[in-house]
Amino acid sequence: MLPAAIEAMASHLGRTGNASSLHGSGRAARRTVEESRETIAEALNAQPSEVVFTSGGTEADNLALKGLWWARLQEDRRRRRILLSGIEHHAVLDPAVWLAQHEGAEIEWLPVDELGRVQPEDVRRAIEQDPDAVSFVTLMMANNEVGTLQPIQEIAALASSYEIPVHTDAVQAVGQVPVDFAGLGVDAMTISGHKVGGPYGIGALVVRKETKLVPIMHGGGQERDVRSGTLDTPATAGFAVAIEHAVKHQDVEARRLIELRDHLVDGITGTVPGAKLSGDPVGRLPANAHLSFKDCEGDSLLLLLDARGIEVSTGSACNAGVAEPSHVLLAMGYDDQRARGSLRFTLGHTSTRADVDAVLEAIGPVVERAMSAGLQNVGRNN
Amino acid sequence: MRVLAAMSGGVDSAVAAARMAEAGHDVVGVHLALSRNPQSYRSGARGCCTIEDSRDARRAADVIGIPFYVWDLAERFHADVVEDFVAEYAAGRTPNPCLRCNEKVKFSAVLERALALDFDAVATGHYAQIVETPAGRELHRAVDPAKDQSYVLGVLTQEQLKHAFFPLGDTPKTQVRAEAERRGLSVAAKPDSHDICFIADGNTAGFLGKQLGEAPGDIVDAQGNKLGEHKGTHGFTVGQRKGLKIGTPAADGKPRFVLDISPVDRTVTVGSRAELAVERLTASKPRWCGPVPTGTIQAKAQLRAHGEEIAVTARLEDRKVHVEFDEPADAVAPGQAVVLYDGTRVIGSATIDTVERARQKV
Repeated sequence: MLPAAIEAMASHLGRTGNASSLHGSGRAARRTVEESRETIAEALNAQPSEVVFTSGGTEADNLALKGLWWARLQEDRRRRRILLSGIEHHAVLDPAVWLAQHEGAEIEWLPVDELGRVQPEDVRRAIEQDPDAVSFVTLMMANNEVGTLQPIQEIAALASSYEIPVHTDAVQAVGQVPVDFAGLGVDAMTISGHKVGGPYGIGALVVRKETKLVPIMHGGGQERDVRSGTLDTPATAGFAVAIEHAVKHQDVEARRLIELRDHLVDGITGTVPGAKLSGDPVGRLPANAHLSFKDCEGDSLLLLLDARGIEVSTGSACNAGVAEPSHVLLAMGYDDQRARGSLRFTLGHTSTRADVDAVLEAIGPVVERAMSAGLQNVGRNN
Repeated sequence: MRVLAAMSGGVDSAVAAARMAEAGHDVVGVHLALSRNPQSYRSGARGCCTIEDSRDARRAADVIGIPFYVWDLAERFHADVVEDFVAEYAAGRTPNPCLRCNEKVKFSAVLERALALDFDAVATGHYAQIVETPAGRELHRAVDPAKDQSYVLGVLTQEQLKHAFFPLGDTPKTQVRAEAERRGLSVAAKPDSHDICFIADGNTAGFLGKQLGEAPGDIVDAQGNKLGEHKGTHGFTVGQRKGLKIGTPAADGKPRFVLDISPVDRTVTVGSRAELAVERLTASKPRWCGPVPTGTIQAKAQLRAHGEEIAVTARLEDRKVHVEFDEPADAVAPGQAVVLYDGTRVIGSATIDTVERARQKV
């Protein structure tokens, strides 16, 4: 967490006051919440009233998908088509699948190319099959695994010509690339506190004033009656400080990270045979270097790098902790084996050139050793 | 030493890992995911591969302060243990899947991968002891006879033993639980796992029935007289007494036992305890923990997990182990392992192929 965000949050933790109360301390809390809301809105070029606080990115995604689904269906019973890509985060995929299994939604997968991009033309084609039956389109702004950025603005523009709402999960994008809510033209956008150096347990759905959502949390009617529950005043304060800082320094930090990342990627692909960058080499998150390796398990690489003090991630871990081949890579057309032999290196504000050089020094021997450990479930000696 | 601690999520493997770390080794915890479709929670004391077990193992690793990973060995386990289990029953034999898992998965697939990844050894929570001698490592029974698991480790070769640690072999189970409590491991009071881990409800006959389907046949006596019918020979084990469902009692009123299972003609042969008695057996696929025995040896044999010791004379000939019992033995089931002991030391093991009955008449 950003020290300034910790300070802002800590200074409010000792104060009482429910932001919904009318007495003096309630008013003070409300002032903090509303100032935080204004700061966050300004950082994203949105209106303050468009910021709906939630418990985090997952809740914001659920609110967007389920809220849009029921609101759109109330207006027109034909709206049952949900258009989305196969590389979405589980916080989007799973509510969509739930709506299909329990509420009669029809999921339509938008094609993804081998760099992880969705083409606007494919979105148009999908909509045109039956525009009146589309509930909404949801597409993440930047992929959390391979880092590929999507042409959200173009897609939002063409969807709006059919008056179809678009939601984007921008959790990975804020602070990494410029994010302009009004300029993007989307109806709803998910953001998260801890991804910008703010506290855990808070996020927001930025949603246009005229966009109708059916609430999924019912209660005291807070947050435009869309998301009930007493607000976490200290967390809103920390979130605001963090996002303001991240957006203000985004440009300079991105340039620094891109240089470091390219040094890392070039170093690995130049020395390790068979190593390849995944995702769009240009249109990608500055801090993301996702690589696939030949003839070894990502699991083995992770264990060996971890033992050398280098922390990386493989695909996504399922609830048993078993590394499944990433659904993102499979959607991009990777075969099972290449998907399993993949690693994500994420750079941060503390990463230095020396850190990257340490990785480059370790990676060759580590890959060699991982190759000798072989591939899982291969070479059975029955 | 760099040691991989296999952590099931139970109390034994957690304490084993803690002891290795405390002894100054560089320990990494690994939970083996063996089930393709793990259940979320444990139901009772059965099974060992639920998501809850994986979490318990991770939590224990956090308390011990060691890195922790999950390795997916579901396919390997299915091919080498579950399919073998089903095929053995289909062939009228009685397999021991724990032994097969140690042989093919824990001390083969896992050990090989561990060695390739820079580890020196694998540690488990098995109750058995390793004794260092100038001639190499010896495998011995655990001090706690009720928990001794040397029988299911009797398949390990000298090469595998060289890279194995069983830190609990010198400790009674009650002390292990107390130690877990003292170390702040939340699994201290977790029930022991029983039965076969991949049959969560403990219903082996039901599991086999699903895998193999119904194949009805006759239950006959040693003279070939039909006594009843069954739904599949895979529901029986040599020596079994319960669940035969024969309407008419034996002429002498004494209980009947399964003598022989013949899946080819779908026949289960039953008889008296006296008819069950075996004088000799032949076992194949021998595996020796240390030097290969030469000539005829006097030893003790164990014929099933937690079975009693029986005095035998054994010799190795044409890669088969011929075992003669000093006194006739009961319930010797083909497919089970015969593990030979010299005192507490495991000499080696082999898989029982055929038995020769005493053929005593009542």
